[in-house]
Amino acid sequence: MQHCHDINKAIAIPAGARKIVLVGNPNVGKSVFFNALTGLYVDVSNFPGTTVEISYGPLGRDVVIDTPGVYGISSFNDEEKVARDVILDADIVLNIVDACHLERDLFLTLQVIDTGKPVVVALNMMDEAKARKRMVDVDLLSDLLGVPVIPTVATRKSGIDQVKAALDSARPGIIDHELAQHLAALQNRVAKQGDALLILEDDPHVAEYHGVEPGGMREEIYRRRRRRVDDIVRHAVKEECAKVSFRERLGQWMMRPFPGIPILMAVLAAAYWLIGVFVAQTVVEITEEVIMSQYYYNFIMRLVTRFIAADSALGAILAGEFGLLTMTPIYLFGLLLPLVVGFYLFLSAMEDSGYLPRVATLTDRALTGIGLNGRAIIPIILGFGCVTMATITTRLLGSRRERVIATALLGITIPCSAQLGVIAGLISPLGPGYIVIYVVTIVVVFGLVGRGLHRVLPGESTHLLIDLPPLRLPRLENVLKKTFHRTWHFLSEAAPLFALGALLITVLQLTGLLDVFQNIMAPVTTGLLRLPRETATAFIMGIMRRDFGAAGLYDINLTPVQTLVALVTITLFVPCIASVMIIFKERTWKESAAIWAGSFVTAFLTGGILAWLMGWLA
Amino acid sequence: MTLADVKQGQKIVIRHIADPLVRVQAIRFGIAEGAEVTCSSVIASGPITVKKNMQEIAVGRGLAKKIRVSPVEDKI
Repeated sequence: MQHCHDINKAIAIPAGARKIVLVGNPNVGKSVFFNALTGLYVDVSNFPGTTVEISYGPLGRDVVIDTPGVYGISSFNDEEKVARDVILDADIVLNIVDACHLERDLFLTLQVIDTGKPVVVALNMMDEAKARKRMVDVDLLSDLLGVPVIPTVATRKSGIDQVKAALDSARPGIIDHELAQHLAALQNRVAKQGDALLILEDDPHVAEYHGVEPGGMREEIYRRRRRRVDDIVRHAVKEECAKVSFRERLGQWMMRPFPGIPILMAVLAAAYWLIGVFVAQTVVEITEEVIMSQYYYNFIMRLVTRFIAADSALGAILAGEFGLLTMTPIYLFGLLLPLVVGFYLFLSAMEDSGYLPRVATLTDRALTGIGLNGRAIIPIILGFGCVTMATITTRLLGSRRERVIATALLGITIPCSAQLGVIAGLISPLGPGYIVIYVVTIVVVFGLVGRGLHRVLPGESTHLLIDLPPLRLPRLENVLKKTFHRTWHFLSEAAPLFALGALLITVLQLTGLLDVFQNIMAPVTTGLLRLPRETATAFIMGIMRRDFGAAGLYDINLTPVQTLVALVTITLFVPCIASVMIIFKERTWKESAAIWAGSFVTAFLTGGILAWLMGWLA
Repeated sequence: MTLADVKQGQKIVIRHIADPLVRVQAIRFGIAEGAEVTCSSVIASGPITVKKNMQEIAVGRGLAKKIRVSPVEDKI
């Protein structure tokens, strides 16, 4: 099969191996199954043409492939497209469903069954269902679906062996009679039933691949499927009226202004304590100041000076102030790595707990004021980790204008974790007054940029429609795994840019061009921003990466007001080269150039106004 | 009436969803036209959340104004 994304290109499948594909809604415990089935030898591969990562690993002679959590397969977003292509190419589908959420989960189950693939259903979270007095008749469910159903509690490894054994008895399930006739009618034109189903359901990509018109039956098929799901649930699930639990009440509270906003503040304060205080100060003191700046620095200097004179050009490039072997790794591993790990630990835990959709609901009202909806809070929060990655996730927003607004806000106003760490280090000695002015300035610019774009851009934004999963305690194993992958992604992206930036600055310094630039920039730096001439170096470095620029401020003697102005300017400055490249890839050339130029203007304008205001107040 | 007029705790039946894409997503979540749901919370000038068994979704106010619903009288 050759769709726009071909799974066989992304991963190596040994000859004769069956492709066992894990499918399920978000947060049903799919990854726990994946780990239990495959053990240690797991690979992660980026799916061609998307940013979606899929894990795969061996199970005996077969290959188990994980898919992103989706509510159905079609082409509403990248996750669905990837899940669709992997499922259409599967030999066996292991569908994991949440026993507490059968009304939602069985829709995907029936859709997978309709593709004609052999299916096994793992009925997960049976312990939670029992605690909620929800009884599922497993045998009846199996009869109604026509496929084996195995009750499991994956977190306690209960039922996993039975699932493994059941894979051999996976079989195609029962298909709605009328749909089966439509599928049969397509059979002589489209050989594969799964492809035929998606064509009937108006999937434009699959239809185009086969050169046929979409079937125009999506809504009708969906409605019939929904009726069947409701029917199955009515027969196979018995529920006693359970009391509203504390967890549910907490979930409700998180979405209301009170106590939702105080809860959000507390969560953000915890994040600040973990990343801004504990990691940025305590941990970095050890990793940067001791391990990297002393042990590593001494070691590398001894090694380099044995072969090259420290005051030669090559010596400066390798081991000078911005050396490739000194400043670059010290900064990257001593400072950035701990900060990024801290941020992703926190974010992954938030994601797994089910808190994010509630924050989206809480912030929906405020975000509609700048032409976004609550869903946009997810890329914005992600932006505090890595603006590059966050820019890619703006794809989940519903319209083009929302994606432009969110991308511009990310590019202009959101500092990434690396930059935040450096900023926190520079601003905290100045005291709470300066911190407040800094935060207020950035928030005001965020609001103004958002409102301005909302006014100017044509079209209409979409509204919030989001699933609220139950609150759950995040699983450590899962959080660690996610953190590891994301940190790896971040480092592999930041490291080359960093080295390039360091090299560029050293070359500029050696050739005397740095002085020339500083003089050209002088009207802006000394005139508008009232900063010393040398801060221009920080801005030049900032074009590579803003945190790199902010770090450049460490070595310049600044008054508290100058530090504040410099930090505000560098925060609003252009995003790092990696982000800029992604922005150009995701948006049109015109939009991207406007965002890039806009961030220069916003940065210097805001910095200038702030410098003037502070001077006037003093 | 529309979903935006619903009070917390009120039981309603979804009657009509105008936007076809939203309609399709609502079918997937099990909160489609004809479904009986409970309004689990109303955030002042913000989204409305509705619940059916364990399934809960949040609907932005702008969208809620475009969803026609009718109240379910409690059977006594």
